[in-house]
Amino acid sequence: MEILRPETLDQALELKAAHPGARPIAGGTDLMVELNFDRTRPPEILDLTRVAELTDWGRENGALRIGAGVTYTRLISELGARLPGLAIASRTVGSPQIRNRGTVGGNLGTSSPAGDGLPPLFASDAVVEVASIRGTRRLPVAQFVTGPKRNVLAGDELIAAFHVPPADGPQQFSKIGTRNAMVIAVCSLSVHLWPAERAVKACIGSAGPTPIRAADAEAFIAGVLDEEQLWDSRAPLGTAAVQEFGRLVERAARPIDDVRGTAAYRHHALGVLGRRTLSWTWNAYRREA
Amino acid sequence: MRLNVTVNGTARQADGVWEGESLLSALRDHLDLPGSKNACEQGECGSCSVYLDGELVCSCLVLAAQADGRDVVTVEGIAPGEGELHEVQRAFVETGGVQCGFCTPGLIVSSHDLLARNPRPSDAEIREALAGNLCRCTGYEKIIDAVRLAAERLDAQPPEERAA
Repeated sequence: MEILRPETLDQALELKAAHPGARPIAGGTDLMVELNFDRTRPPEILDLTRVAELTDWGRENGALRIGAGVTYTRLISELGARLPGLAIASRTVGSPQIRNRGTVGGNLGTSSPAGDGLPPLFASDAVVEVASIRGTRRLPVAQFVTGPKRNVLAGDELIAAFHVPPADGPQQFSKIGTRNAMVIAVCSLSVHLWPAERAVKACIGSAGPTPIRAADAEAFIAGVLDEEQLWDSRAPLGTAAVQEFGRLVERAARPIDDVRGTAAYRHHALGVLGRRTLSWTWNAYRREA
Repeated sequence: MRLNVTVNGTARQADGVWEGESLLSALRDHLDLPGSKNACEQGECGSCSVYLDGELVCSCLVLAAQADGRDVVTVEGIAPGEGELHEVQRAFVETGGVQCGFCTPGLIVSSHDLLARNPRPSDAEIREALAGNLCRCTGYEKIIDAVRLAAERLDAQPPEERAA
């Protein structure tokens, strides 16, 4: 095994092109477990922790461009006010030790449907910036992740950054697990209100082959808010509407039975999370007035 | 592979470190620092917690090569001197926050990190900060007592004497 240690993104891309079998490592929270348990022996490991460009973030055309190597701890402390949904999800990741190392770039690279950083990105229509010596391409996160632990990355490509609009309304993330820390989600849900767009975006985590946008639930609640002119009046949401939203979230999930829970439990729990997170975000929106 | 790393303030060198080896293995097996414990090897238990460039990390999830040229502080580097204890360590002894002791090094480093960032943590903040450190003996109550006690004592010290 060889360790490749680029110090710039250009060097990293040259090395990845020359060694397409190299496994990138940043926080190591996924790859080190595979190494420690003899599950993988890649020909090369590409250490990205010395590439300063990957740990930058800034504004670009009204959106935030966040380097793939920004840790969960920094997302919470530096970007929590602008990306509350992603910050809430980040706070549920592992423990302080894990959040100090783990990155959203890693969540994207691993593309596990249980990655806690992914539902907030889906509910923000985030865009993934992928780089190689051939150039850079950007694609919506929903097109980037193609299946359980599968994505569109080619052998010579690395995730450089993701682009996400700053919140313009309340955002929530809720996760089911056996305790508040150190758990892989049984299921999770992001609900983001986008008042300027007059949209509610919801994404289910850990209950399908990829994170899943609850499109019917989103369309239903957008219709209710529009018809009853609630975006302007900020009046309470009716109980029936909240319940129907939960039911449609529940229906959008495509879970399986596994060690963490049954499909039936996940469906049920997502209905509850749907009602809760919608109520939390709508009540927060009402209080903003 | 040759590893050059500053550990507890001293420049150290280790030869023959395997490329896929964790920082934890390098500390224990190549640098004679067995204080950081090897339990889960997957970041679940926190027994291997160390500082890497001032940040609390699980050393089992750091590739040794990633620590090359960097600064590591292990539980062996927490006390102010030989034969002395840091207030956090003293508090664990006094409150009975130690039973079998296997989780203790990780809890000491994590508690030290918490009190450096937040000198007066609430109970909820203590629990959240220590959520990545598993103890299977104490039931955690004595550990939380230890952190409270260490916080009180460190907070009472003049700033220049505060080592946390």
